[in-house]
Parts: sequence; C-alpha cells; structure tokens
Amino acid sequence: MQQRNQPAGRADGASGTVSVNLTVNGTRHSLTLDPRTSLLDLLREHLDLTGSKKGCDHGQCGACTVLLDGRRVVSCLTLAVMQDGANVTTVEGLAKDGHLHPLQQAFIDHDAFQCGYCTPGQLCSGVALIAEGHAKTADEIRELMSGNICRCGAYTNILAAIQQAMRQS
Amino acid sequence: MINFQYVRANSIADAVNLIADDPAAKFVAGGTNLIDLMKMDVEQPTKLIDISRLALDKVEDTAEGGLRIGAMVRNSDLAYHPAVEARYPVLSSAIRAGASQQLRNMASTGGNLLQRTRCAYFYDIALPCNKRTPGSGCGALAGHNRMHAILGTSDACIAVFPSDMCVALALLEARVHVSGPNGARTIAFDAFHRLPGETPQRDNNLEPGEMIVAVELPSAGFASNYSYLKIRDRLSYAFALVSVGVGLEIADGRIKAARLALGGVAHKPWRDTRAEAALAGQAANEAVFRQAADIVLRDARGFGHNNFKIELARRAIIRALTQAANGTPQSQSNKKIA
Repeated sequence: MQQRNQPAGRADGASGTVSVNLTVNGTRHSLTLDPRTSLLDLLREHLDLTGSKKGCDHGQCGACTVLLDGRRVVSCLTLAVMQDGANVTTVEGLAKDGHLHPLQQAFIDHDAFQCGYCTPGQLCSGVALIAEGHAKTADEIRELMSGNICRCGAYTNILAAIQQAMRQS
Repeated sequence: MINFQYVRANSIADAVNLIADDPAAKFVAGGTNLIDLMKMDVEQPTKLIDISRLALDKVEDTAEGGLRIGAMVRNSDLAYHPAVEARYPVLSSAIRAGASQQLRNMASTGGNLLQRTRCAYFYDIALPCNKRTPGSGCGALAGHNRMHAILGTSDACIAVFPSDMCVALALLEARVHVSGPNGARTIAFDAFHRLPGETPQRDNNLEPGEMIVAVELPSAGFASNYSYLKIRDRLSYAFALVSVGVGLEIADGRIKAARLALGGVAHKPWRDTRAEAALAGQAANEAVFRQAADIVLRDARGFGHNNFKIELARRAIIRALTQAANGTPQSQSNKKIA
C-alpha cells in the first residue's frame, strides 16, 4: 500500500472538528471537517463534485466508487478524516485535456447506460479493473464488476465497453 | 450517527493505550462494516481509534514454512498475493467469493475476523435482538430466518457469521496473534469465534482492549486438492446461504487427511473434526463424502424458512469434496458448478 505522510490526526478538542488535506483530481484541498463526514459527502457537499452518487450509502450499490490512491473503493464507507494525505480521482477527473477517457468513449460507443445514475461508479470501477489486470475473460470482468449495480440492466453493454477499453489499453 | 472523537494510533502500543483509556472507543481499520453499523446506530462509539496506518501490512514467510499475514493487509492484496495463490489457493478463492473488489480493497485481514452478523434483526434498532441489546429477545427465531443458522444455535440467537475468508482460515488452522493491555497472546482459530449460547453479544474471545496484529498460517496449504463452494441467492456479491471449504491430502486414491469447514450455517465458521476423521483413510468417493456430510449435519436444526439449508448443506459438502478430490476446484468467475 502506498505510504502517506502521517500528521498527528488528533481532533481539535474544542469543536471536535478535524483538519484534512487531500488531493482530488489533481487539486489540493485543506478542509476542517466533522469527523462523521464520509469521503462521499466530502466530495459532494464540500467540493461540489456531484458525479459520485449516493445510491444506497451502505456499500451495496457501487454508485459512489472512486479511486483512492489508485484503488477503487466505495467512498460512502470511509471517513474523510481517515483519508488525510490521500489522492482521490472521481469521474470528473477521468477526462484529460478535454479528451474523454477511453472507457468513457467506449460507454458512449456501446450505449452502456440508460438513466446514467450508476455510470460514474461503473466508470471508476472499470478504469480500476483494467489497471488491476486480473480480469481477462468476460466471466472475470462480470465477476470483478459485480460491486456496481445497474438497475436499468445495461450490463451487456457495460461489458462490451470495458472489453473495448481493455483492448485499447 | 452519533458524534465521536477521532484519533490516529501511531503504534500498536499507542493503540492499546488509547483504547484502555476509553472503553466506549472502537478501533477502525477498513471501516466497511463498522461505519455502516454506525450509520444504523447499531454501533455508537464515542471515540474512533484509527489503526489503518499501522505498519501491519506485510505478508511474510515464517520459519515453520507458513505465512504471517499482518492485520492491515487488505483482503484484495491477500487474495492476489503470489504466496497465497500458490500455497493456500483455498484462502485466495474464499476471499474472492466475498464482497466486491471495492470492499476487498478497503477491508483488512483483522477486520474480516471481527465483522458482525448481517442478521436483519441485528441491524434494525427498532427490533429485538439479544446480540445488539442483551435480554431484548431474538426476532429471527419466529421471524424471517431464511438466512439463519442451522448448527450450534441457542434460544438466544440464530445469527450466522458472514465471512468467507474465515471459513478458509478455519480449515487451514490459522492462529490469531493479538496484543492487549496484558501483552501479546495467540488464539487458535477454532477458539477465536464463539457460539451464541446465552451471550450472543460476544462474537469472539478477544478480551476488552485487545487488537488483532496478525494471522498466521501453518505450512499445510492443501494446494493440490481444495475447493471453496459458495451457494447464494445471486451469482456474485451476496452472502452465503451455505458455503463449504475443503482441503484434502490424497495419496494412491485414498484420503490421507481432510479438512472441512462451512460458512453461512452457524455463529462461527463451522469445522467438524469428527467428519474429517471419518474421511481419513477412506477412498475418495461419493458414499464416503455423503457419510461425512451426514456427520456434519447430525444435529442440524431449521427454524422454518431456513429448513432447506440442511439438505443444501449436505449436497454442497458432497459437491465440494468431489471438486477437491478431482482437483477441479470451484471457479470464482465461471459460476457453473461442476
């Protein structure tokens, strides 16, 4: 696991708030937070990055998936204060220099969404799946994408999109 | 979620000292279960002690030919660790059968042992639950108990322990290294988790203030003949109705040694040494496997909605033993059960 700097992390006794520094999509942020703030709420409520969705808020749907130091996690089940010093990438950070990430383009090419609500989580999860390198076959992709639920049932096209991006990577 | 104080432990000693000062505090590592329980107000710690940055993230060979797994090793890192895949594939398989890659990226080895039951009555603070509120009764006994235990139950609790990883650790006879206010000690895996009895609020035999620092595997990994077969309501990302972990040593068509553990059926990973002893020395065939399954399930009892689990477990045991004996372990991506 990537080593991060280890500031003291002791709460401010008077207000109970905690100082957190973290980098989101390449931009460094310094915030003072209620320790109850989830990483997802930090992104949505404090940084106005509303791409990551609050579907179930219990780690069961995957709509809040982001990359935390390069690894996919459900941002609803970690506290922002625990991620002091972390590097976070959300769906808003996947495109570079005005160009869509190859997986974003593949989702468009394959019509891999209907309502779009799960799509930010599917994209972050798929980007990480390709980087992990464990999935080769369609069965393996389906299994390793099973943490992202799509109630519209766009799974067939999501699979095709990931296969296209995997061939390009 | 009630408010809490957040502190970060700098060392094992610091963590143990911090929790000794505050009995209402909890350790947090991956957080995937604890933070969910805090959102539901099932857990209400007044202080969280973050141990996720402690340097307990190594997987190391032991002098005895085994493996020592640091408590902070993430489930995904353990599942794909080359030494685990090569020498303990039943552990790798069991981990990959549980949760999702996102959750496995977060969840720690120690935390996996300490996760709470997913019994719906435990999670809903409006309902009775002897595990959550001792003395309040068990809502599941006469309620919706389709997911519940068939072995080792008590009148106080029929909840199941949800881990897949721990089924493999049970059959591998892992040892749990802990540190606490009275120093370090080691707990055999079978003695770590508890049956509910009259004290279902206690999931395990950790003493107050103790923390898991490592899980150690002995050398025997059953890498040639193993299987982890998990039966659930959907093909992925669901808790087990029944799961079976098997490790066999086979020579000249006969079983030299057998290990067998079940998940989803009891308050702890269910290992039956009588069934294992009945397999030892026998030819590897279905009649022998059925006899072992009958031994495992000799005292099984259903509670209405979960009666089907008894026959399901019998068939899953026979199937997993067959897969292990044939050297064709259950795939965790192609879910066809051969």
